[in-house]
Amino acid sequence: MTQTTSERYRVRPIRERRREWPFPFNLYQTAVGRKWVMAVTGIGLLGFVLIHMIGNLHVYEGPAKMHEYAESLRNLGSGIMPRSLILWLLRLGLMVMFALHLHSAITLKEMSRKSSLNATFQGGEKKYEGGREYIAANYASRTMRWTGPIIALFLFYHLADLTWGWWLGDDFVAGDPYHNLYSSLSRIPVAIFYVIANMALAWHIFHGAWSMFQSLGINNPKYNHLRKGFAASFAGLILLGNLSFPIMTQANLIDEDERLCQVDDLEGTDEILACLTKQLEDH
Amino acid sequence: MSEMITVNLKIWRQEGPDTKGVFEKYTQKVTTEASFLEMIDLLNEELNNQGLEPISIESDCREGICGTCGVMINGQAHGPRKATTTCQLHMREFSDGDEIVIEPFRAGSFPVIRDLVVDRSPFDQIIESGGYISVNTGAASDANLTPVPKEAADQAFDAAACIGCGACVAACPNSAAQLFTSAKLAHMALLPQGQAERWKRTESMVGTMEEFFGSCTNHGECHEACPKEISLDFIAFMNRDYMKAKVKNRALSGQR
Repeated sequence: MTQTTSERYRVRPIRERRREWPFPFNLYQTAVGRKWVMAVTGIGLLGFVLIHMIGNLHVYEGPAKMHEYAESLRNLGSGIMPRSLILWLLRLGLMVMFALHLHSAITLKEMSRKSSLNATFQGGEKKYEGGREYIAANYASRTMRWTGPIIALFLFYHLADLTWGWWLGDDFVAGDPYHNLYSSLSRIPVAIFYVIANMALAWHIFHGAWSMFQSLGINNPKYNHLRKGFAASFAGLILLGNLSFPIMTQANLIDEDERLCQVDDLEGTDEILACLTKQLEDH
Repeated sequence: MSEMITVNLKIWRQEGPDTKGVFEKYTQKVTTEASFLEMIDLLNEELNNQGLEPISIESDCREGICGTCGVMINGQAHGPRKATTTCQLHMREFSDGDEIVIEPFRAGSFPVIRDLVVDRSPFDQIIESGGYISVNTGAASDANLTPVPKEAADQAFDAAACIGCGACVAACPNSAAQLFTSAKLAHMALLPQGQAERWKRTESMVGTMEEFFGSCTNHGECHEACPKEISLDFIAFMNRDYMKAKVKNRALSGQR
């Protein structure tokens, strides 16, 4: 093959090899290493999504228990360290993982785009005139680059909505997650947005939680058949748990009718939180 | 059982690497017993008789082991039949009046040389960067001198079945060459003879691959397109070996 083309037509590298960075960072210079980073941060984010979903199930125990759960997160390790320190370290870890996950995804996508430049493109995908019928690639694997940004946008909305309280206005009570969740999700457009975003998340996990095994080289024919099942059940579990919140709120199974500490009757955040704490002690 | 069918062909014509290509339409009458390449041979004969330029297509062994004949047929590498190269594909896979779109394998590092012929020399460069083992010269050693577990031998053989046709890259939405490279790595890394250069080889072959090809997203299209059904397991094997090669210091390589 090499002889058939003259030096003028020699295929030249699309990417020049850069000088290698010092040890742990040189892994991130290569695509295979970057996929490792994507998989490892993916595992971390999966862990967060799972714990977040399980923790939020406290909402079914009522406002006081939900408040207690939120407090317990802030009090993690508080006997030894300043209050909220562990929580902030966890948050920092999440931010780093999220940033790396995003950065590796964007740069690897760019690398693949460059490697397909001679091919025809349609809608961001390499295209053949004869039509391209995907056999193995499923809808989830081909839409990772769409479900990803949807999740990122949702994450921003979700933080602004329930952590910073940008849109709830006077309805936002810092430290009373039950009330905030109810106020937010009882609005139909918000509930619909949550449902769509969580479907995108489950879709993303469905491919990611299988793909990570391959990227990390965790492959043994004895157990390989379990990997896709694991990904499907993980995605299903997350979907079930997370969808229950907007749906149950809309179905009025999460509501504030029988709440002991009614937000409207009390003055200020401190009083509400004090009432919730008292309710817990009385219990 | 043979029958004559007429197929409508839409074939990519491109004079050279620097010219723009177009699709041209042809009609060809052919027996269903003919192979796909024989059908193109017939068409080329006719074009020749008419004084037109025949279609350039690569072929060599015509028995599915040399890996030169790959083209995209109706958007599928090597055509619709699973585990079959273009030359082993027969016209009985098609019916009378079918439109068949034939185009070259597409990837940034597979520039078209002419018509359906692409330059797959980046594959050669990947092999050059580490696809060898060191053995002592002199008389060949006894056949079974080096014990190899049956499972390892089988797996290495499965990997060695790769003919380097480029269908994996053509089918991959990312134009990644992971399946090819991992097969070439695995058939040596699985055997005792390949251990001496194992880690260096993995590093340099993956390095060369990444100069030319895209990044794997685990779609699995390559495995489906592969005429030799190379398994995705080899990609995972390569990823694992690559990380091991990068992370461990092998100054005391006897250490486990």
